[in-house]
Amino acid sequence: MTNLALRVRPRRLSLPARPSLLIGLFLVGLNVVVALAAPLLAPYSPTQPNALDAIEGSSSAHWLGTDQLGRDVLSRVLYGGRYAMLISLSAALLTVVLGTVLGCLTAYRRGWFDEVLMRLLDSVLSVPAILALLVVVTALGSGASVIILASTVVYCPALIRVVRAAALSIVGLDYVTAARARGEGFWPIMVREIWPNILDVVLVEFAMRASWITLLVSSLSFLGFGANPPTPDWGLMVSENRSLLTVVPLATIAPIVALATLIVGLNLAADGIAKARGIDRITGGLR
Amino acid sequence: MLLVKAIGRRLGYSVLTVLLATLLVFVALQALPGNLATQLLGQNATPAAVAQLDASLGLNRPAWQRYLDWLGGALHGDFGRSLVSQQPVLTEAGGYLRNTALLAGIVIVAGITLSLVLGVIAGLTRDRWPDLAISGLSLLGMSVPEFTVATLLVLAFAIRLNWFPAVVTAGPTATVGELLPAVWLPAAALTAVMAAYIIRMMRTSVIDVMSAEYVTLARVRGLSSARVLFRHALPNALLPTLNVIAINIAWLVGGVVVVESVFNYPGIGTLMIQAVHNRDLPVLQFIAVFGALTFVVCNLLADLAALWLNPRLRTPGRAG
Repeated sequence: MTNLALRVRPRRLSLPARPSLLIGLFLVGLNVVVALAAPLLAPYSPTQPNALDAIEGSSSAHWLGTDQLGRDVLSRVLYGGRYAMLISLSAALLTVVLGTVLGCLTAYRRGWFDEVLMRLLDSVLSVPAILALLVVVTALGSGASVIILASTVVYCPALIRVVRAAALSIVGLDYVTAARARGEGFWPIMVREIWPNILDVVLVEFAMRASWITLLVSSLSFLGFGANPPTPDWGLMVSENRSLLTVVPLATIAPIVALATLIVGLNLAADGIAKARGIDRITGGLR
Repeated sequence: MLLVKAIGRRLGYSVLTVLLATLLVFVALQALPGNLATQLLGQNATPAAVAQLDASLGLNRPAWQRYLDWLGGALHGDFGRSLVSQQPVLTEAGGYLRNTALLAGIVIVAGITLSLVLGVIAGLTRDRWPDLAISGLSLLGMSVPEFTVATLLVLAFAIRLNWFPAVVTAGPTATVGELLPAVWLPAAALTAVMAAYIIRMMRTSVIDVMSAEYVTLARVRGLSSARVLFRHALPNALLPTLNVIAINIAWLVGGVVVVESVFNYPGIGTLMIQAVHNRDLPVLQFIAVFGALTFVVCNLLADLAALWLNPRLRTPGRAG
């Protein structure tokens, strides 16, 4: 009975409705729905070239005009988030799961394990993300799984540090000591005692990693090392249509606006959760 | 004595971090599938030619030995030879490095000044319209990748207004005078993205400091607003911002890769993209290690500046 009395009820994650949070969730939701429903919404095929209609401005047939191969820009924009979102969602999920487990483990174990891991993370952090990705892409090619794994490795260290800091303030508390005294191992303690208490930190980090990884993946596509033509992808579209900026500016601007709504949404959501839960977002500079 | 120890520990960690980073980059590039010599010579290369190239590149020796050789050379400023131009990597990268330094120098001076001023204004006018405008813009700056800012700047200032050239035609050996007209748009694109993070940090920091008791006390003592701000609040508000500034200066090394490629600016970013296309591993390795070195040095300087500004940090037990 005393054991039970010592255990603190996990805080329930309740989020007061803040306007910035609602707008953020709405923008992210909108992008996800559009990406999923793209086949139903798009008036034309996003990849079928049509030489007769190439490089047209806005018209009733093509609201956002066409690109140099005559593909409908609106259809390509509607499909254009799929690649980046799929990659960044998988990478962000992987980052958060791996980062949370390692962050909790190192906060729980401390000692030499903590010391070695921190030094290793410092060195991963020190190579700028885009340089690291370019090195990996050169060595292993630009397949989707390579980019997902590489972004996970690049963005995990900062997350591990944040989770470690949050978990350190939990592992010293009496109810964790009590759980240890009961003879519970790392996994039950992490799942039942630490995890519920750092859930808000992890949620904020998830939204931020997702936004950074989307930026990174789009930049890679723009540089020609991400999505392959003719895949409709916002970053790739900007690089394809940039040379036509004087003739059909909408073909470049539309994917930029679409990408910005997604990232603004993710950032607003992260900000909203952080403010609602009173979390310091000091990591703002750790891209 | 404590100060010397604290500085010594940070120096030691920094050296260790750079060493580990060189090892990671080396391992990542060693993961290259297939034989490098075969890839460079093409599928039809004779085994004898492949073996000869292997020997001249030193690829027939164990990986750890090649790493130690590279490290030994790197410590003496010898980063190997470019596989494409056969020039020593430092000679090859020299001109590009100088051009990037010019671009980065402008961004650092303009970007940090601008973002500190805007951050302070936002912090002082919390939740009123100057803050809302600045915070909104910086959120937007964080939310669009560098290549989109760069593209929109080209559309506005190179195509519509025709004030600046849209692309740089000068090569890596161009003089500063030749580069100067073309440097402003890339600099503006990088500044916009970099400033966003520093503004947000400075704003939060100013808000925290302005509500601190010593600032209230200074006000109650009847000091002028300017004196309270510049003597009491800002030096303390700057402290947590230092690290964000350091990280953002280091981020520039990555940011230039994208922005330089938009403008065809002949800096290390452009060199890196070329190296990726040509699989020029020594050049790639040098730039990645250079990025890591910049990151570590910037952070070290920020730590030392913090030690200098804030004596309270000079006690042990804060590292890690």
